[in-house]
Formats: sequence, C-alpha cells, structure tokens
Amino acid sequence: MDARQTILIIDDEIQIRRLLEITLTANDYKTIEADNGKDGCSMAASFNPALIILDLGLPDQDGLDVLNKLREWFTNPVIILSARNSEEYIIKALDRGANDYLTKPFRTGELLARIRVATRQNSRQQEARLEFGNLTIDLDKHLAYKNAEIIKLTSTEFSLLALMAKNEGRVLTHTYILKEIWGYGYTEQTQYLRVFIAQLRKKIEDNPSKPTLLITESGIGYRFSGI
Amino acid sequence: MKLQYFKQSLPKQFIISNLSVIFVALVCYISIDFIGYRSVALLLLATVSILAIFFSLYPVLMAATMSALIWDYFFIPPHFTFLVRSSEDILLLLMYFVIALINGVFTSRVRQFEKIERQKEERHNTIKLYKTLFDSLSHELRTPIATIVGASDNLMLNELNISDADKQELVGQISSSAFRLNRLIDNLLNMQRLESGMLKIKPDWCEISELINSPINWLEKELATHKLGIEIQEDFPIVKLDAGLIEQALFNVLHNETLYTPEDSTISVQASYKNNCITIVISDNGKGFTEQDLTMLFSKFYRSGTKVAGGTGLGLSIVKGFLEAHGGTVKVENNIPHGAKFSIEIPTEIIKMDDYLSFSNANTKAGDK
Repeated sequence: MDARQTILIIDDEIQIRRLLEITLTANDYKTIEADNGKDGCSMAASFNPALIILDLGLPDQDGLDVLNKLREWFTNPVIILSARNSEEYIIKALDRGANDYLTKPFRTGELLARIRVATRQNSRQQEARLEFGNLTIDLDKHLAYKNAEIIKLTSTEFSLLALMAKNEGRVLTHTYILKEIWGYGYTEQTQYLRVFIAQLRKKIEDNPSKPTLLITESGIGYRFSGI
Repeated sequence: MKLQYFKQSLPKQFIISNLSVIFVALVCYISIDFIGYRSVALLLLATVSILAIFFSLYPVLMAATMSALIWDYFFIPPHFTFLVRSSEDILLLLMYFVIALINGVFTSRVRQFEKIERQKEERHNTIKLYKTLFDSLSHELRTPIATIVGASDNLMLNELNISDADKQELVGQISSSAFRLNRLIDNLLNMQRLESGMLKIKPDWCEISELINSPINWLEKELATHKLGIEIQEDFPIVKLDAGLIEQALFNVLHNETLYTPEDSTISVQASYKNNCITIVISDNGKGFTEQDLTMLFSKFYRSGTKVAGGTGLGLSIVKGFLEAHGGTVKVENNIPHGAKFSIEIPTEIIKMDDYLSFSNANTKAGDK
C-alpha cells in the first residue's frame, strides 16, 4: 500500500496545479487534482485526502462556499491559496475553518512548511509540556520557563502564550485570539491584543523588537513559530 | 478668462438668486427717496449681472425676469401696478429686460466655452499621463520578462556549457524578476485604488514595532547589503491607523532607499510620538537628492535623473497618497552631511500601554478559570 499522504489540489489554473504537483510529489506526497469547486468537493468525499489546498478564486463557486461545504464533514487540514491584498477574504476563510493560508506568489519552501505544520497539528494539542528552544511551557502548572528560569507572567499573558504555543505554526486571527482569551464581547478590542502581544514579547523574545516566536501576520493575526 | 463658479445645486441657486434680488429691492425700497426709481433699475441690473457670474443660466434668467417685474410693480409710478405710464419708462423697462437676458445668456456661453477648454486640457493631460505610464510600464515589464525568458532559455538548452554556479545565478534571476513584476503589480493596484477614489482607510489599533518590522521583513534580502538602525521612543503607545497602508508606505520608502543607496550604506528608522501625532523618520547616508528631485519626488511617474533598475516612479506618489488618506504628511530633505531623509507624520489616536495592562488583566476569561 502507498504510504504517502494524499493532498487534494483545488485550483483552476493548470500551471499552479502542475507546480504544486511537481513540488509535492518531489517531497513524497501523492497529489490528486480538481479544477473547480464541485469536482473538488466530490473528490474530497471519495478520497478523503490528508490535506486540501484550496484556491479561493474558482470559476464555478466562491472559494468560501466550497470551504463551508467541505467543513460540514471534512476534518483534515485545509490550506487556502489566495491573491495578495485580500486580507478580509483570508480572515473569513480562516474563521470558517481553514487551517492556514498562502498568498500568490508563494515560496515553495513556505508551502511545504505550512503543510508539515498543518498535518502534525493534532498530535501537539495533547502535550502538557511544550518546548521551543530555550522556552518551555508547562500547561498543567501554568508556568513558562526561559533558560530554565520561571518567566513572571500574568494569567492573561500565560493564556495568550499557551493558546499561541498550542497552535504552533498555525496563524490565528485577531478575532479568534480575542474570543478565546477575553471572550465573545471583546472580538473588536484589538488594542488589548496589541498591548498584550507587545508585553509578552518583552518577556519571552530574545529581542522583542525582532520577534522570532510571536510572528505578526500583517492584517490577519499572529503565528507562533517554534523553530 | 477664468470665472469662479460656485458649485451649488440648482434649487439652491434659484433660492439664492431670488433672495438676493428681493434683498436688493428691499434696500432700494427703503432708500427710494434718496436714489430715485430709475437708479433702482441699475442696482437690480448689477445684482443680476453679479449672479450671472456665479450661477447657471436658468436661475439668472429667473432673477432677471423677477427683478424686472419687481421694478415695474413697486418702483415705476404708478406704484403697485404693472401699469407703466410714461413712454420713457416703457423703453427703460424693455431695455432692462433685454440687457438682463443678454447678461444671462452671454455668461453661460462663456462658461460653456470654458468647460470645453477645460475638458480639452484634461484630456490632453490624461493622454500625456497615460503615455508616460505606458512608456514606463512597457519598459518596467519587459526588463524582468526579458530576464526570465533569457535565463530559462539558457537553462533549457542542455548543450550549453553552463557551470552549476551560473545555473544557480540564472535561477536566482528568474526568481528576483518575478518578484519585481509582483511589486510592480502591487504598485499599479495601489495607484489605481488611489486614483479611483475607492481608497477607504480602515484604522485599527497597532503597535509601532510591528508596523516597522513588517516592511523590514519583506525587504530582508534587499536590506542584507545595508546596515539598518531602528530607534523607537520609549513607552511608545499603541496607535490607531490602517496598518496595511502604512506598512506599504514604509515599504515603498525603504525599498526606494535600498535601490538608491550603494551597498553598505546605513539606513535608519526612527519613530517618535508627541500628543496625538507620530513621526517616523527614515534616512540614509547615500548621495541624497538634487534640488529638482526634492520638489518633484512625490509626483506621479517622476523618476530621479539617476534612474535605477526597478523603479517605476509610482512608489513615492503612493506613499504620499496613503499618508494623505490618513490626514498625514510625508516630506523629504537631504540628510546631513549627505543622504536622504524622509519624514512621515501621522495624526492618530493613542493609548498608553500601561493604562490597559492593569485594567484588562482583571477583565479576562482566563482569570476565572
């Protein structure tokens, strides 16, 4: 049996599909392709791929609708491909259950990294102790260590750090983070997020003005990069 | 000849012109004993002429007719009838009518003529602008395309004896050309957003080091050959602005500096705030600008005499547009002792970080857990 993971590519541009196919096959993935939303959905149903790469600009349906339909039953990761300068659209897709996004033009290295992060995500969620270089987060004891020394964090700061770290590599939208940490009534209060991210960076980053752990995804949200 | 033209709506013009005729008539009526009824005609005529300068044809004709009737009814004896007794007054009234009408028609002709001239001029300017755009574009598009075509040709022809190092370089050229094309498209799209008047800023809270870091990260490769210094004022508050646009503006300025300064130059970014205004100064120690550059730099399609590959003359005019959309400004001057210095000022709401920390810590979901 073929042990390679199957990735479904839904994109109407043959050049992009070919590029993805070559890149992914060279990196030990198996690819299947659809050039419209309808075929994409039915292929997802018959092959149950490990991951779907979905282009938002499809000829037959709005990419967001395709995503909605997929998310009714499909639980594996979906990575969105989109044109640049469409932050609002990307945020909508992420809030509707897309795991990550890439804007065209994208670097293939970046694509592969996102795929790796998305496919291993479920395993990480279970761990009680997360380690990233000199940073350790103990989710049970609510403690974080830097170079084996305890970092003084307020409860909000710890919750924020834990949320980000548990979703390592994944982009979390501003709205999602605000909802998770402060609650539903606070999803517009981006000022909280800015202040606390800045504060947290001062405590966990080696150089807070050049963060390597808490990465800003301009106009979209934040990503915790553990590498 | 250029006449000033109040762009009032038509109903407003009717109301204003009628009111001013009535007002003048009233003043005349009070002072009729001093000026005599015949000079009233001249005063009313003057009023109509003045209205004709500012308003369009129909309100003026209306005012002309009304003022004639008013003069006849209230001023020409016998008063309070439209009856005119003396043949002199009949002649006066007729002449009044004719002059008032000529006034109205004539000025509206002048205005129409002017409008046509203005349209011609605008069309001429647009054509000139498009010509510059297309000249610049076709060159800017063809250069990277030529690079991509040439480099990929070389790579495809296996019989050519190309060293591995050269192959790598060709591939690198293809890649950088593609990114150059991408930047060009971004600039064109941004220009179009500004030009179409569709640009609406969406201010949201942001943190200064994030604002500055994004464009620096996008320029990682270009900045690798330069020295970079960042200085941010202590306790910088969070600010409310459209991060996407400001990041793009900072990117364009920084990109410009990496293009126009030699390798190993120093580029420095300083951010400070005062009251409700932030200032970001981006300066370098390159050659700086000529007098002409300094005055023209932010104009569309203007390119410095020392043209460098990769410029379109769009980047800095976009910077200006994005900042003006924020009610902000961008200025350029020569740095001391040499180099360029861009100063960006943006008025914005601010929130001190400390004010928030204590308050929102008590206010968290996590606190209850």
